[in-house]
Amino acid sequence: MPNNLPFMPNQGSTLAPHVDALYLVLVAICAFMTIAISGAVVFLALKYKRQPGNEEPQDYKPSTALEAIWIVVPLATFMLFFVLGAIVFFKARRMPDSSMDVWATGRQWMWKFQHPTGQTEINTLHVPVGRPVRMIMTSEDVIHDFYVPDFRVHTDVLPNRYTYNWFEATKPGRYHIFCSEYCGTEHSKMIGTVVVMEPDDYQLWLSGGTSEGSPAAEGKKLFESMACVTCHAAGTGSRGPNLEGVFGTPVKLASGQVVTVDENYVRESILNPQAKIVSGFDPIMPTFQGQVNEAQIMQLVSYIKSLKAPETGRPEAAPAPPANAAAK
Amino acid sequence: MTTDAIDSAQTPRHEEGTNYINAEYGLLSWLFTIDHKRIAILYMISVTALFFVGGIFALLLRLELMTPQGDLFTSDTYNKLFTLHGVVMIFFFLIPAVPSVLGNFILPLQLGARDLAFPKINLLSWYLYVIGALMGVVVMLLGGVDTGWTFYTPFSTTYSNTWVVPTVLAGFIAGFSSILTGLNFIVTIHKMRAPGLTWFRLPLMVWALYGTSLIQLLATPVLGIALLLIAVERLWQVGIFNPALGGDPILFQHLFWFYSHPAVYIMILPAMGVISEVIACFSRRKIFGYKFVAFSSLAIAFLGFLIWAHHLFVAGISVYSAMIFSFLTMFVAVPSAIKTFNWTSTLYKGSVSYEAPMLYALGFIGMFLIGGLTGLFLATLGIDIHVHDTYFVVAHFHYVMVGSVIMAYFAGIHYWWPKMTGRMYPEWWARLAALLVFVGFNLTFFPQFLLGYLGMPRRYHAYVPEFQVLNVMSTAGATILGAGYLLPLIYFVWALKYAPRASANPWGASGLEWHTPSPPTTHNFEDTPTVTWEAYDEKAWLKEAEKNV
Repeated sequence: MPNNLPFMPNQGSTLAPHVDALYLVLVAICAFMTIAISGAVVFLALKYKRQPGNEEPQDYKPSTALEAIWIVVPLATFMLFFVLGAIVFFKARRMPDSSMDVWATGRQWMWKFQHPTGQTEINTLHVPVGRPVRMIMTSEDVIHDFYVPDFRVHTDVLPNRYTYNWFEATKPGRYHIFCSEYCGTEHSKMIGTVVVMEPDDYQLWLSGGTSEGSPAAEGKKLFESMACVTCHAAGTGSRGPNLEGVFGTPVKLASGQVVTVDENYVRESILNPQAKIVSGFDPIMPTFQGQVNEAQIMQLVSYIKSLKAPETGRPEAAPAPPANAAAK
Repeated sequence: MTTDAIDSAQTPRHEEGTNYINAEYGLLSWLFTIDHKRIAILYMISVTALFFVGGIFALLLRLELMTPQGDLFTSDTYNKLFTLHGVVMIFFFLIPAVPSVLGNFILPLQLGARDLAFPKINLLSWYLYVIGALMGVVVMLLGGVDTGWTFYTPFSTTYSNTWVVPTVLAGFIAGFSSILTGLNFIVTIHKMRAPGLTWFRLPLMVWALYGTSLIQLLATPVLGIALLLIAVERLWQVGIFNPALGGDPILFQHLFWFYSHPAVYIMILPAMGVISEVIACFSRRKIFGYKFVAFSSLAIAFLGFLIWAHHLFVAGISVYSAMIFSFLTMFVAVPSAIKTFNWTSTLYKGSVSYEAPMLYALGFIGMFLIGGLTGLFLATLGIDIHVHDTYFVVAHFHYVMVGSVIMAYFAGIHYWWPKMTGRMYPEWWARLAALLVFVGFNLTFFPQFLLGYLGMPRRYHAYVPEFQVLNVMSTAGATILGAGYLLPLIYFVWALKYAPRASANPWGASGLEWHTPSPPTTHNFEDTPTVTWEAYDEKAWLKEAEKNV
């Protein structure tokens, strides 16, 4: 997909034109400032060259108004940069309402991608064109960074939690994935490819190849085999909150704080259950740190995410009921 | 004639021909000196040695990057080279260069003082610096370190198998050198100004050094703590930064940049001070908007503390903290803009001559414009999400640190060389070197902006083939730049013996340092000078001096 502008990468996502437009605005303003001021320096240095007749400087009264101008004008320009930059940043950070979630795990020195339908890939990521893809990412060791220059997408991948980004590819093709946070010996080889396909081709790709069970299905097995189910069951009187339908809803904590159940909250509750106890429950859950690996955490989170609330009552519509949280 | 007037006004009473260089002889007289001028020379020799060490690392990196595949070094060696390049250049060259070499020599002279407030602490600073630097050299000999100069956790605390602990301790020790220099300068500027030398009569170099010293004193301890915590976690597995031990890796980035962002101003502020001196001298004008330039140094020192998290926009900080740090970062560019406009306006109706220091200073304005304005690209959130950690960042900070700071350092070295050594330097060679540096620098680093926007990440040993052309241009530039840096080393050594002797004030410059012979005597001034004129405005004083003749 050739791009007509020199020294600019392909515009492969819906975000790319916004970032490029912003960049070109700044290039235009800053190039103007650079040329104007450098030009003034050269012009003044030549005009007032020391030579017979100009051995001594000429006297004049410097104007304070000038100082005010070159405080206010740059400040206003820089504020414009801030506002424009923030607008594009919000666009980049606002997760789309409906998206296809892909889990990514970075480790020295490879990327592993997990599709919701069960396919896993190493260093290659197949996605359909025209559909927002949300990446839920974590690292198994050091900090990495998931960077697709053609999509203008760039997010650090941390070892202690999930970070997110999203993109919507606009043209089929192959695009580089670079790790852009230095991560050790083979940092520069931690590169991969996003393969953007027409939706039909993508369906074909999904149906071909081997697929393990979906992460949610695998998570269900884990949920049972690790005995999560013995405490987190439906019905009042359980030792732990019933997890049906809680994902994406706010819950009230014992501390009085209200948090929204997202991937990071579930992850933390598995690895460090005492950190945020739901109001009305005792801090009795043991940590699963060291007993589950990143892939299994991801499967458990996917499973909990897939649990729908019972049709009757729809209790999750109301903000976390305080004492009887188990009823959720 | 200005020079004669100053010479005749000064009636030297010291023994004819003695100065700080020939006052004592022998290596020990240098190693145990407490004369700020001799300590400055010790610093100059040591930072020059480390500058060329760091420069050789840079050339090796550029050689490797001529081809897309990693063929000259292994990945591990490449990673060690860029780490050592960064550590050496930042901690052992850029941070001490302008304050500890030029500041040390010139500050007491500009204040009309005999020495710094604490001459022995000044010597201690140099020894701490040398111990830190030697530890760095030992690390190189043992096999190096591969964390990058930023030491990001948990890579540095858990995953790297190289000499991390000695390296962070080297930085820790060198940090104290910086802290003590800052302390020394602050006390000296407060307590040791000559009679009549009020705050608003101070040369702008002094204001710049004052701002620098505040940062050195207040920010460096935080770096010390961060580096020490790395050693603690690495040696005793105390969970501070590694999440597997219960730590938080982002905490390190906050601590690190709380120092390392202001550290950029430790480098650029005194460099700006040099530029103010040089432009005032070679356009024979008072700096336009003196008070604005003076206060902008303090504004930079203050604002520099509030913007560290702009290094973390894509590191997982919240949208709102990213907004706040982007907003605040925009403000720090304003005092820099003020200085740039004032320097430019100083040329207006001046009498401009083009000696080598002035060529470097004019080059500085251009390079600093590009370096500063591209900093705003990075502070603009919507662009940073694309160019963060790419060659765009590499190009930006090299424009500030190399294009600006080293240009200013060279401007300062040429400008004060006659004062420091009592000899001139070969002007045409110096102009040629300035030209080589300017051309070589731009050819090296401008293509890197383009590479960055195209998406080439930094710290890449091998890269995808489509980036090769720009990388070859960059390497070609680096060889020219290398020649530009080597040339002054040669002619300065030559000049020590063969260049013509310098008068007390060869440039017709203002400032108390020019009221004493070149080179000065050990005690700087025969009589403590009394200042009756405004900064850069010695005409009144000169007229007075002429009347007395």
